[in-house]
Amino acid sequence: MPLIELKHVVGGYGGAPILNGVDMAIERSDIGVIVGPNGAGKSTTLKAIFGLLQVTGGTIEFAGENIANSLPDKLVPKGLSFVPQEKNVFTSMSVEENLEMGAFTRRDDFRQTMQWVYQMFPVLAEKRRQPAGELSGGQRQMVAMGRALMSKPTLLMLDEPSAGLSPRYVIEIFETIVRVNKEGVGILMVEQNARQALAFASKGFVLAGGQNRFTGTGPELIADPEVAKSFLGG
Amino acid sequence: MIRRSLTLFAGLFVLILVIGWVLGMPFTSSRLVEAAAYALIAMGLNIQWGYGGLFNFGIMGFLMVGGAAVTFISYPANPEFWHSDGPMMLGRALLAFAVGAAIVIAVRRADRIGITGRWKGVLTVLAWFVAYVLYRSQIDPAAAYIESTSGWVGGLGGHPVLGWLFGGVLAAGIAYVIGKICLGLRTDYLAIATIGISEIVRALIKNMDWLTRGTLTVSPIPWPTPLPQDLQAGGMGMDQALLLSRGGFLLLAIVVLAIVMWLINRAYGGPWGRMMRAIRDNHVAAASMGKNVTARQLEIFVFGSVLMGIGGAMLVSFVQIFDPSSYQPINHTFLIWVMIIVGGAGNNWGALFGAVLIWLIWVISEPLARAIFETVSLWSTQIGWGAIPDIDVRSAQMRVFVLGLVITIALRFAPKGLIPEVVRREG
Amino acid sequence: MTEIIFFINQVVISGLVLGCIYALGAIGITLIFGILRFAHFAHSELMTGGAFIAFLLAAAFASWGIVTPIPTGFVVLPLAMVLTAILSLGIDKGFYAPLRKRGAKPVTLLIASIGVTLMVQGLIRLFFGTGTYSFFDTEPKEIFRIDTAFLGSTRPLVITEPQVLMILVTLVSVVALHFFLTRSRLGKAMRAMADNADLAQVSGINTALVVRVTWVIAGALACMAGTMLALDVTLKPDLAFNIILPIFAAAIVGGLGQAYGAIAGGLLIGFAETLAVFNWTMLFRPLNAILPDWLQLPPTLALVPTEYKLTVAFVILVVTLLVRPTGIFKGASS
Repeated sequence: MPLIELKHVVGGYGGAPILNGVDMAIERSDIGVIVGPNGAGKSTTLKAIFGLLQVTGGTIEFAGENIANSLPDKLVPKGLSFVPQEKNVFTSMSVEENLEMGAFTRRDDFRQTMQWVYQMFPVLAEKRRQPAGELSGGQRQMVAMGRALMSKPTLLMLDEPSAGLSPRYVIEIFETIVRVNKEGVGILMVEQNARQALAFASKGFVLAGGQNRFTGTGPELIADPEVAKSFLGG
Repeated sequence: MIRRSLTLFAGLFVLILVIGWVLGMPFTSSRLVEAAAYALIAMGLNIQWGYGGLFNFGIMGFLMVGGAAVTFISYPANPEFWHSDGPMMLGRALLAFAVGAAIVIAVRRADRIGITGRWKGVLTVLAWFVAYVLYRSQIDPAAAYIESTSGWVGGLGGHPVLGWLFGGVLAAGIAYVIGKICLGLRTDYLAIATIGISEIVRALIKNMDWLTRGTLTVSPIPWPTPLPQDLQAGGMGMDQALLLSRGGFLLLAIVVLAIVMWLINRAYGGPWGRMMRAIRDNHVAAASMGKNVTARQLEIFVFGSVLMGIGGAMLVSFVQIFDPSSYQPINHTFLIWVMIIVGGAGNNWGALFGAVLIWLIWVISEPLARAIFETVSLWSTQIGWGAIPDIDVRSAQMRVFVLGLVITIALRFAPKGLIPEVVRREG
Repeated sequence: MTEIIFFINQVVISGLVLGCIYALGAIGITLIFGILRFAHFAHSELMTGGAFIAFLLAAAFASWGIVTPIPTGFVVLPLAMVLTAILSLGIDKGFYAPLRKRGAKPVTLLIASIGVTLMVQGLIRLFFGTGTYSFFDTEPKEIFRIDTAFLGSTRPLVITEPQVLMILVTLVSVVALHFFLTRSRLGKAMRAMADNADLAQVSGINTALVVRVTWVIAGALACMAGTMLALDVTLKPDLAFNIILPIFAAAIVGGLGQAYGAIAGGLLIGFAETLAVFNWTMLFRPLNAILPDWLQLPPTLALVPTEYKLTVAFVILVVTLLVRPTGIFKGASS
């Protein structure tokens, strides 16, 4: 049984559906990358999983349970976590408080998890008392990921984690994602840097018009001439 | 849509007939004149909120300004004042005001002679202070002198309709100043800023005894149409005179209302209205298309306020007394809001309907509540719980509760109002 | 020295008391704005309603013959705060929550809060009429007169028992609120939601719970502010309706959404109002002895006549909006 499985998901914001039947399956050991042109429904897929928009058809099964249209405060304790693309830190709160907010649904002692996050991002440990709004773009992205990891998720979803970052940080963020995956967290992410992200993806999905167009491992998709021509810019 | 409106207006007509039958025609005719004035005021708010999306919580201030204006224009002149030193002293105060204003304006341009930043700030504060002290040094003795010798400045003895117009002009002036200061603000700030200004207006009018007689009140203020007493003097019966004179006033009010409504509808159907809707619905987009959003919003704020000033003046003319302490935010600001919300923001027929309906509900709440209380009281006395004390005081307060109930129900179940805005398709 | 003591009596103490009341009211307004993004006009009615609840409880205590060492108003305050908190939860559930669910704009909620204002106001007037009530009908209002002759003053320092308690209680609540917001899980969640409501939801924060906590705090503090105002002056149905403007001014001057800003703004407005109507001649009168005849101080030398006290808050508000619209502590901007 896959960790998460989307079967023919249809959904939108009340008007015409944006997703017209998306299929996806991710194991805990997978790094799934969604690519596709603008308006293909990439981010919308993540939001649909996370209950941020109305799912009107199909099923979303997480660990064997249908979670379609559940709200985040129910999903986070089940092991899902989401890093939005923009405004993904609490700017007026310190780094440490940001991390604590990620652990809001946990009633147990989360100090160990926090140590784990600080090991993963040593720079955050240094700036733990600083307001997150004062950090650089790359550091903010780390705070956002750290916050999402505080709930000890089994599936981490990221919406364009490399957007707006300098090339040095892009590589660092991708390396971290791989490291997190090695620690047993399934990854499902949307990326604009398609070629770079597909290179380490164990599952790649090309969406267009709210539907799957191509599915395969990352390297397979990169090798596919048709994908390369239409979606990866030649 | 048309059918729905017609049904609603027919229902309103029946309600008026019922009220007339139960509470008597003299009572009802008075309430109808007031309702016409309120309809004018509601239309002013409809322009501001329904058309422009501007939040005005300071309606009371504009009504008071209108009332003060019509009192000043139409009340007979006070010769004692004109023969005293009062006008001279007031002239000096006016001069002091002008000098003060000149100083403040001059300092605003201080950067031309190289004073900028912090120093300009200090200078600005200083200029305001000097101007304020200068004005106070002249107006305080003038006010004290007038109050002790002639009481107040009196009126000008002009025609009441002139007073209504002056009310509109004065309201426009104040709205212009407020608009200049506040229209850039977001909605909630605008609401609070306008409340504040109306409170200042109230404080001023209430305490400037030399100009408005303050809490001493001014009466009787003349009517633009023949008074019942005049008709009675002409040999008419009391009831008939009352009805006919009020009918005359009502007719005049309706004529004003009809002219205003015709003008607004014409303007709103044309390019001006189209621009207003564009600005309200998306002022970022409108601004990027090169429309001067703030100037248009200022226009709309001033136009709306003019109607409020005229309406406020009409009300004072009709009741013949100007009593600054009778003005309350609940009765003179929130009541108008309820009219617009219930009637339908953005639709003048909705504003008219809402104004008349809510005004009638407002005035019949008290007798209705009294009737209910008396019934309950009778019943509770019979079963030995004793009568309800102070029924008169309590039933007078019932209307505030009813008003709140009406607005919350309307927001919940008819958020666009009973006669909603007709969304026009722009080609 | 006499003059300085007079200044302390007239300005420092009354400014502080007024500032405390404004601050407590403004905290509630600012928290509600931070979490729910609308200007809650009915806050004045929570204050008045809370004061009447406290008054009824105090009257009940008196009728049971319970005598307390401190004014009964303060003894019943915790219970009244709980009841007012429940009342505000009820108001939210009955009037605001359905509109939020529909996705109504903040402006609609603002208008709804006007409706609530009218209803509560109407109900209070229906039951209590329009007269004034006093907490001190059944017990004396103790007044401390501290003799300051040792400082060379002929005037005592005057402060009433409720005023002392009021300042203490405000201080305790503000400190408690500070610890709640910076140390507790829910308090931090409240700050998180005020900072970024969407992210708070995504983080799994139970936003409905945060909303409830906000109403509980706002309602409890409103009750405290209203009761204190009633203890300091008298209780009447339009008790807080008349001061909602300075309270909003305090919240905006402090920066909407900023709890600490509301405290600073409240004190600022409180002192500004008191200072503006203070008759400075009373303080500088000794100077008349050394000033030449043509420069004698007039009998009244106040910046603003007392009748215009309310306008002071408003002038400060307008200046703030023009010069620094985000307020002292950067809040929501225009």
